[in-house]
Amino acid sequence: MTIPEQPLHRDAPSAGTAGATATSAPATSISATGVPATGGPTLAPGIPPATTAGWRRLLRSPAGLIGSVLVLLILIGAICGIAGLTPYDPVAQHPLDALQGPSGKYWLGTDQFGRDIFSRTLAGIGNSLRVSLVAVAFSGVIGTLAGVCAGYFGNRVRGPVLAVTNVLFAFPPLLLALTLATTLTRNWATIALAIGIVYVPIFVRVTRGPVLSLRETDFIRAARVLGLPTRRILLRHVLPNISAIVIVQVTLSLSWAVLTEASLSFLGLGSPPPAPSLGAMVFDAKVFASTAWWTLAAPGVAIVIFVVGLNLLGDGLRDALDPRNGRNS
Amino acid sequence: MRRFARHPLTRRLVEAVLTLFGVAVLVFAMLRAIPGNQITATLGTQAAALTPAQMASLRGYYGLDKPLPVQFFSWLGDIFTGNLGYSQRAGESVLAMTESALPITIELAILATIVGLVIGVPLAMLSASRANGARDGVSQVIGLLALSIPNFLIAATLLTLISKYAHYNPNAGEFQHLFANPGENLQQMMFPALVLGFGLAAPIMRTARTALLEVSTADFMRTARGKGVAPMRLRVRHLLHNALNPIITMTGIQFGYLLGGAVVVEQIFSVPGIGQQVLVGMQEKDYAVVQSTVLIIAATFVVVNLLTDLLYRVVDPRVRAS
Repeated sequence: MTIPEQPLHRDAPSAGTAGATATSAPATSISATGVPATGGPTLAPGIPPATTAGWRRLLRSPAGLIGSVLVLLILIGAICGIAGLTPYDPVAQHPLDALQGPSGKYWLGTDQFGRDIFSRTLAGIGNSLRVSLVAVAFSGVIGTLAGVCAGYFGNRVRGPVLAVTNVLFAFPPLLLALTLATTLTRNWATIALAIGIVYVPIFVRVTRGPVLSLRETDFIRAARVLGLPTRRILLRHVLPNISAIVIVQVTLSLSWAVLTEASLSFLGLGSPPPAPSLGAMVFDAKVFASTAWWTLAAPGVAIVIFVVGLNLLGDGLRDALDPRNGRNS
Repeated sequence: MRRFARHPLTRRLVEAVLTLFGVAVLVFAMLRAIPGNQITATLGTQAAALTPAQMASLRGYYGLDKPLPVQFFSWLGDIFTGNLGYSQRAGESVLAMTESALPITIELAILATIVGLVIGVPLAMLSASRANGARDGVSQVIGLLALSIPNFLIAATLLTLISKYAHYNPNAGEFQHLFANPGENLQQMMFPALVLGFGLAAPIMRTARTALLEVSTADFMRTARGKGVAPMRLRVRHLLHNALNPIITMTGIQFGYLLGGAVVVEQIFSVPGIGQQVLVGMQEKDYAVVQSTVLIIAATFVVVNLLTDLLYRVVDPRVRAS
């Protein structure tokens, strides 16, 4: 998981004006739409940067704690799946043991080819995590860069970026991912790319607004007046101040990416067989589930734990990293 | 004229048209990026056996020998004249296929939206009536689950359960159209609409909850309570009405989710809608169908978003005034 590795914001710009003042700002400065109001001139208009206190708050909230535990659980499963630490080879068939129920030999039973479902589920989680991480890394980097540029620079950058964003937003996400997946040669990396492209506009949308108002704050103006190179301003002053928004968005996007990957493979347009994938396992299980419930339950529960964990973690992070957000949103 | 040009609605309309154009370009580009072309897609491996002369004549037939911009605009022109291409596999024009498939998906989307609103809004009102209370907790957990369980998983579980315990599967037989056989049709639409609607309920519930909590602290609410407005009337006329705007916006945005989700749900329940059409096209490499159908779905989405904007101008006079 990349989130804990995200560089914490230690480089508080301009003697910590933004971080410190914004953290103590009252909850009422949120406008009706939930977008932070532009506040006083010394306030950083964006959500305050991620701090260690924020991380500590995360583990104290029930949502954050449960989410972290679930995500950790999934991470362990995924690592086992990717590293091959499974009781059986996930694609090895044991025809004599087809459709066996859970037992000491096969912990979660076997499927119609006698493949061990526990091993397949672990490998499926691993595949799902790998695809989602690469996808969200792609959309996070491209989307945030585009969003920061669209917010910071004038119309010449903003126009094209927003035009592309609008066009990508005009597609139902799953349909765009499906179309992209059909046009590319299918392997896990191209599936990740297809999903990644779909979620680029979300990052543009969530970062542009805050950067737009951040640009007008005193410490950014001061940095400009001091003659700091634009790249340094963007990387060292603007980016750290939107880190919290990006981190929350990364978590939530991961949950969507997991769902999208599962839907694609359910529809037969995800990672090609025989590589185990949670969505494809559910598809196969549809036929057998009325007599062999475990074939459906194992991948199903894995997906739900994965997505619930990420959603809770995302909600917890939002509350923890943004004290002004209050408890009610 | 000047006023017309500067009117926010005009700008919104121009934006929508430009977006649609961009969508067409992207769809065209995506399907041109596929290795191979219509010829290899139609003939499969037999395409390798074609003589260069046959290949050239086929390229001329499909217009593949013309420059890409010419191909693009001729496709766009065809679309405007109602020629959406011809499905090699179905042996039918894409227009005819769409005419029968699109109404089915629209019916499904409307039913699912009703389900989503019927589950989502009351749940949000329950949740917001006492924030952070027990009821709030339960509704939030339901919302979280609705957000996290993929629709194909709900559908697969539902199908398993009903076929095992109820021996009732309206979707097993041939699909019945709404006007031909309304009773049968609604039974066949019931499960797809429930599955899609359940997924829709989560974002609606979350948005509505935030909006309701926001409105409930407004001054006019205190005034209304103070002058003794009946609780039910207070909740509906004062609270819900003022929170409608974000709910409508969210419902409109989620229409895209519905169209995408329709691909999955229609596949599971064998509903011959537009989602099924595009999916079969993709699986069978029938790119003429994919190209036009994806464009139609995206266009529908853009139009629905535009209508959503118009709708909340009608619902909320404050937007009209500004």
